[in-house]
Amino acid sequence: MSHTIDVAYVAELARLELSPDEKSLFQKQLETIVQYVEKIGGLDVEGIEPTMHGQALVNVFREDVVVPSAERERFLANAPERSGCEFKLPKIVEDA
Amino acid sequence: MDIASLTVCEAAEGLRKRAFSSVELTRSVLDAIGAKDGELNAYLSVDAEGALRQAAEADAARAAGADGALLGVPVAVKDLINVDGQPCTCASKILEGYTSAYDATVSARLRAAGAVFAGRTNMDEFAMGSSTEGSAFKVTRNPHDVTRVPGGSSGGSAAAVAGGEALAALGTDTGGSIRQPAAFCGCVGLKPSYGRVSRYGVTAYASSLDQVGPMTRTVEDAAVLLQALAGRDPRDGTTLDVPVPDYRAALKGGLKGLRIGLPKEYYIEGTDPEVMACVRRAVDACAAAGAEVVEVSLPHTEYAIAVYYIVATAEASANLARFDGVRYGHRTASPESVFELYAKSRAEGFGTEVKRRIILGTYVLSSGYYDAYYGRAQKVRTLIRRDYAEAFKRCDVMMTPVAPTAAYRIGEACDDPLKMYLGDIFTVPANLAGLCGLSVPCGRTAAGLPVGLQVLGPAFGEETVLRAAYAYEREVRS
Repeated sequence: MSHTIDVAYVAELARLELSPDEKSLFQKQLETIVQYVEKIGGLDVEGIEPTMHGQALVNVFREDVVVPSAERERFLANAPERSGCEFKLPKIVEDA
Repeated sequence: MDIASLTVCEAAEGLRKRAFSSVELTRSVLDAIGAKDGELNAYLSVDAEGALRQAAEADAARAAGADGALLGVPVAVKDLINVDGQPCTCASKILEGYTSAYDATVSARLRAAGAVFAGRTNMDEFAMGSSTEGSAFKVTRNPHDVTRVPGGSSGGSAAAVAGGEALAALGTDTGGSIRQPAAFCGCVGLKPSYGRVSRYGVTAYASSLDQVGPMTRTVEDAAVLLQALAGRDPRDGTTLDVPVPDYRAALKGGLKGLRIGLPKEYYIEGTDPEVMACVRRAVDACAAAGAEVVEVSLPHTEYAIAVYYIVATAEASANLARFDGVRYGHRTASPESVFELYAKSRAEGFGTEVKRRIILGTYVLSSGYYDAYYGRAQKVRTLIRRDYAEAFKRCDVMMTPVAPTAAYRIGEACDDPLKMYLGDIFTVPANLAGLCGLSVPCGRTAAGLPVGLQVLGPAFGEETVLRAAYAYEREVRS
């Protein structure tokens, strides 16, 4: 597999703005790292079940009961910007 | 007596006998922090007022007849575990100024046991690193040689415990972040089995690997803390409903008849000869004390780092999506669109290593690459688990080095991320396989740097790991 990574595209997927310096640094470093991790490509994994978690668990249920939640004000206190009891954000929907 | 350098068990005994109060003990810890932390930088914040208030409450509870192994004992907490009302920055600028609005389950359990929260310890930003140099705020120094790193990512916790600034601390371990700094600083660090301790309220790095555990001066103290931390939590569906045994009672079994496995893939060229010599001496001493030593094999060991850096970064890229400047944390000034709000807030808030891992994790999950990297890594993870399951049929614990070297110099490994990642080779597999593992000091290099012996056990095998480490620490280590 080729080791060319489109860092700018991946950064856009990650919603992360990178400086030109970061882009060129990561370009080199990530290609080295990806080249290293590609060693797993040489293993035969035909028919092997993937491990998704630290221990095998399925269907963890709990009773559906109402319990008090934490105080809203405590969480809103960490908001970068708020309006009353809501988080305030820049306009999301563009004008038609 | 310097009460801040007591073990947790000695402190509990002193409190029980009224040799000193929790307020006196806490004040002594705060004094030690004041005297030493200007150099060591183990703490990111200290809550003197809150700690003394909790200590006074513990003293009042004791006067009213209460008792407990942690009642009135001050502890330090890694800065990614929420303690209600204290800062929780994850050593990141993106969470500068954040105040926890609730207790993590581990904090709530320590609080219920009467422990006192002295302060928040430094770490690699979001636990991504092996030297604590990745903190956005300060560089923690190794108490044994202040020109060297304390290890990481729980380097502040390790330095605080080893440097006499905390009796015990909490760390987290995703790929070795408790065991490796414990080895570098010469304290005990226990990574519990996945599912043994709740992750609720602990800022997630890689959710299928993260575990909280104790960092202490003795194996017995690690058992005492694990007792308080362990158990099923309805708020963390990945905790298992497995009974919590009496860990302190389990310490006394000794080494006679214990089968110690030496995985041959861990005893290879490339590890520092002084480190290897300390580990071999420890194993030989255990054999002389009646343990049976057997060679075992973990054939997929060479793939562990590759699997880890795919799985961990993939999970990190998803977990860190929550830092978007909307509900908490840093927000960029005057964003012109929602995309810019996200991309610039994250660009300004995250440090280099975090960005590198987010990019790598996003890449291995992206369309066209998912099967080749993430999907395949999860299958290789199964092969690694099977290796351990097979090997643990022939032994009760394994003993290995914790890291290929002792503590290195500050700045030495910084510019080569892959080189730093490869240093995790002996610790990462336990996280991938869900095992428990402990680091206990096993000697020093000629330069006086501590070396750690890793004791690995099967999932939920903490009793055996603690028993082996305790016997080594108390009866065998010279």
